Amino acid sequence: MAVLLLAEINDGALAMDATAKAVTAAKALGDVTVLAVGATAKAAADEAATIDGVSKVLVAEDAIYGHRLAEPVSALIVSLAGGYSHIVAPATTDAKNILPRVAALLDVMVLTDVTGVVDADTFERPIYAGNAIQTVKSSDATKVITFRTSTFDLAGTGGSASVEAVSAADNPALSEWVEDKMAESDRPELTSAGVVVSGGRGVGSEENFNLIEALADKLGAAVGASRAAVDSGFAPNDWQVGQTGKVVAPDLYVAVGISGAIQHLAGMKDSKVIVAINKDEEAPIFQVADYGLVADLFDAVPELTEKL
Amino acid sequence: MKVLVPVKRVIDYNVKVRVKADGTGVDLANVKMSMNPFDEIAVEEAIRLKEAGKAEEVIAVSIGVKQAQETLRTALAMGADRAILVVAADDVHTDIEPLAVAKILAKVAEEEGAGLVVCGKQAIDNDLNATGQMMAALLGWAQATNANTLDVDGDNAVVAREVDGGLQTIKVKLPAIVTTDLRLNEPRYASLPNIMKAKKKPLDEKTPADYGVDASPRLEVVKTSEPGSREAGEMVGSVDELVAKLKEKGVV
Ligand SMILES: Cc1cc2nc3c(=O)[nH]c(=O)nc-3n(C[C@H](O)[C@H](O)[C@H](O)COP(=O)(O)OP(=O)(O)OC[C@H]3O[C@@H](n4cnc5c(N)ncnc54)[C@H](O)[C@@H]3O)c2cc1C
Ligand SMILES: Nc1ncnc2c1ncn2[C@@H]1O[C@H](COP(=O)(O)O)[C@@H](O)[C@H]1O
Repeated sequence: MAVLLLAEINDGALAMDATAKAVTAAKALGDVTVLAVGATAKAAADEAATIDGVSKVLVAEDAIYGHRLAEPVSALIVSLAGGYSHIVAPATTDAKNILPRVAALLDVMVLTDVTGVVDADTFERPIYAGNAIQTVKSSDATKVITFRTSTFDLAGTGGSASVEAVSAADNPALSEWVEDKMAESDRPELTSAGVVVSGGRGVGSEENFNLIEALADKLGAAVGASRAAVDSGFAPNDWQVGQTGKVVAPDLYVAVGISGAIQHLAGMKDSKVIVAINKDEEAPIFQVADYGLVADLFDAVPELTEKL
Repeated sequence: MKVLVPVKRVIDYNVKVRVKADGTGVDLANVKMSMNPFDEIAVEEAIRLKEAGKAEEVIAVSIGVKQAQETLRTALAMGADRAILVVAADDVHTDIEPLAVAKILAKVAEEEGAGLVVCGKQAIDNDLNATGQMMAALLGWAQATNANTLDVDGDNAVVAREVDGGLQTIKVKLPAIVTTDLRLNEPRYASLPNIMKAKKKPLDEKTPADYGVDASPRLEVVKTSEPGSREAGEMVGSVDELVAKLKEKGVV
């Protein structure tokens, strides 16, 4: 069995955490070839070559891959698909955009957000916001899969796989990039952070989110948010944790002013230790919290920041 | 321009899901079903395009059991002009896979000469996030997933997409597929008069065979199980106690 794994690359830089976790999942399926795609991707390819379990890296560098638009990247993957039993990627927004397209072009189903590998044809994935786990067996010739990275361990580095250039495929030229509005931050990345502090509607305003950020900075944590906090404009969209946002499983998750709707729990209930601060003792978040504190967040959060 | 809006009938997002004891799936008999929330956003967006004079007709399509008629009536009550129901299953527990759904939708889009398809980014039952992208592939169209804003401008659409790092804006050639994210709009409620009017709007019934599509699944569900549950821990009385506990645990 041979696996083609789409590396997560942003502006030429390899997202090591997401990619190396997907490698861990993919190793169980066969020989792993990583595909590095971008306007510049050589450095990322060289870095991916060091991940344990990678046997080869293919690098496709071309201006048309500059912003990982779905149509050209899918066309490239399909042009390379021939020898592979599995085509996989970490379940990032980029890969979720691309892999279903690849699957349809190959006339196969796609399995997204896979959390467990039973055997080469059989996989586990959460459904209904994680309220059920489905085990599915695929009868397709090629399995196309995205792996939920929060459930797989990081593969080590120290390998030295060969790196080989591949030529670009035809560009369908159906879409073009206009601009990115990406937040610059010195904080750890949300999905790989060891500690996450999240704020909800209870935080009340964008300004008050400073309290959440100050606590996060004290803990060296990433900042997350509930949907309500994002919808209300307190926090940017890429901070949303949940069923339809990011899924995190840090060592410590601190939920502040978040009620604990199932859609939010779907994104954080696999955290090792959960702390909830909420003024409503009936809030459902307390049913999953290891430590619950019934308090007004405007008192408790600054005090906690100070005492840590 | 005609806008096609695929809408899926799913368990209502407020319902607590129960896994069947025999592990064959989730209990959907006698539970409240609704339109997939992302599809409400899609219907709203399509109606706004019509109101803005950028679309002539909004067609809602659903694939599934007969009861999906209700979901389509909701779309019609919100303001869609007509609806197509593709009856592909008898049992409410049968979920039609995105590949088959996309094949049917692609045929509908071609038949109708749709200039734009607006669908949800994700169905909240199977959580697959696949149909829009698959449909775009089958049609050879551009795709813009996770839309935060959508501007239709002549032969193009400009879409700001919610991505992991923030927002990415792209311009796609029409016809295209756009999938909705939560911030695209706030869907309207159907008014009572509009609910009445919707009953008279056309709703065609079809089958997958009418479109020459084999809807049989590629994936066999081996079993459905309960996730590992989490026990509630302890309540602490003060910030000091919390800090002490966290230190004891070694997480701070
Ligand atoms: C299709 C769909 C997808 C969704 N996806 C997601 C998702 O991915 N992620 C997500 O989070 N949600 C998601 N949701 C929304 C979800 O259902 C909830 O509406 C949302 O999580 C609620 O956010 P919240 O807990 O911040 O707000 P609320 O439920 O309003 O809770 C606010 C909490 O703050 C507390 N509070 C208020 N003031 C204070 C104070 N001064 N001190 C302490 N506590 C205070 C209150 O007691 C309350 O418990 C989704 C919903 C739908 C329909
Ligand atoms: N059976 C269906 N009938 C109509 N539309 C569907 C169906 N299944 C999926 N869709 C559309 O595709 C979107 C994504 O669904 P999914 O790929 O299943 O997560 C949904 O939000 C709907 O807009």
